[in-house]
Parts: sequence; structure tokens; C-alpha cells
Amino acid sequence: MTNATPTRTLVIERELPHPPEKIWRALTQGPLIEQWLMKNDFQPTVGHRFNFRATPVPNWDGLISSEVLVVEPNSRLSYIWSSMGLETVVTWTLTPTQSGTHLKMEQSGFSIEKSSDVYYKGANWGWQKFIGNLEHILGGLN
Amino acid sequence: MQVIEDHLFKALSDPTRRAIFEHLARDGEQTVHALTDRAGVSQPMVSKHLVALKRAKLVRHRRDGRETHYSAQPQALAPLVDWITHYGAFWRDRFDQLEKLLNRMDK
Repeated sequence: MTNATPTRTLVIERELPHPPEKIWRALTQGPLIEQWLMKNDFQPTVGHRFNFRATPVPNWDGLISSEVLVVEPNSRLSYIWSSMGLETVVTWTLTPTQSGTHLKMEQSGFSIEKSSDVYYKGANWGWQKFIGNLEHILGGLN
Repeated sequence: MQVIEDHLFKALSDPTRRAIFEHLARDGEQTVHALTDRAGVSQPMVSKHLVALKRAKLVRHRRDGRETHYSAQPQALAPLVDWITHYGAFWRDRFDQLEKLLNRMDK
């Protein structure tokens, strides 16, 4: 299967002084997920459809539609992350280390072509932050 | 496309124009009079800034009797949007929250 549109992937990694089993609970138990990410009705079952719910803002209902894709206890978790017309896949990989766990988050499927449409739908989302970035970009141009 | 981007950067390089655009994006459609009250410059200057913003497709106007109403077109900013950067900041912040949670949790 070939990929028609070029996409990009965001990768964030961190060493955590906690065992994989403990991190797995924080990643897969609804009330715990809510404490660090968002309100949700997540279940660790492949095929389960659920939502993450952020506080709604003008032009965005705060809803992220998801579906569980991979559940490998204490090692790998993957779900769809779809919002404002941009569908990506979030994958967590837990690797045990001597002092704890290497945690990796990959968010893949950022389509370059779709950004215009997506931005229109989420025009006011993160507006202040965006303006801050803009100042930065423009500052670099002068 | 390159021409539009040039207009875009030019339009946004002026702080008064950015303020007008941000005002429209935040508060919705406005007349020139309302914009002038807020902008701190004369009405002819505001009109000139609006021409530059229109050229960059950042605002559009509609006539209603003698008044012209202007509204923001934030999708014109699309060439500048970088979702990777946006989500990068989002997830780094969430990783920090996750670490705090892990420190609170029992083994």
C-alpha cells in the first residue's frame, strides 16, 4: 500500500523513573488519563470508540474523536486522534530501562495539504499562543 | 501562492494592522468607525490598513447601506500554521502533567 499524501510525524520521548506497569495505568485508566490529559471514556479494548473532551472554545467543540488501535499491556498503546478535520494516530511505546521507563509518544499523519481546512475550523483555538508564535516568526524576518 | 504569502507577511508586519486583524478575529464583524475608536489612529489610516489586510485576504468587507462592515478571514493564515509545532507544545505540557501524576501515584 502506498501513501498518496506526504505526512509528518511528531515524536516526543522522555526517561521516567517509574516502572512501565505504573505508567501503563496512567495511560489506560480513564480517571487517571483525565488527570494529565483530558476527560475521556477510554477503554483499553481494540476497536473501542471514544472521545477526549477539552473545554470548548469558539469555533471548536473541544471534542477529539478516537478509536483504540493497539493494546499491548505495559508496552504499546495506539489510538486515532481526530479533531477539526485532522486525523492523526497517537502511539505510546514503553521500554523498560535500568532506572525506570523510556516513554515515547508518536503522533503521525500530519497532512500538509489539509492544514488550511483544519485551521479554518479551529481558527480561534490557541489564538493567543499563535499570535505569540507569529511575533516570533515576523521578528525573525526583519 | 507566493504573491499571497508576500502580501500576508507585509500585512502582518505592522503592529497596528495586526491589532486590527486580531480585534476582528476576536470580536467579529466591525465597521470602520468602531475599528477607528479602538485603533488609536485616524480613520483614513484605518482604511489604508484595511486595504492592505484585504489584499492579503485577511479581511473581507460587506456593504450595508452607508456602512461597510469588515470581518476577519483567519484561514488566510494557513500558510503560517504549523501543526507539528502546536502539538509539540501541547504534548510537552501533557508529559509534564503525566510526570506530576506519576509522582503522586502509589507504586
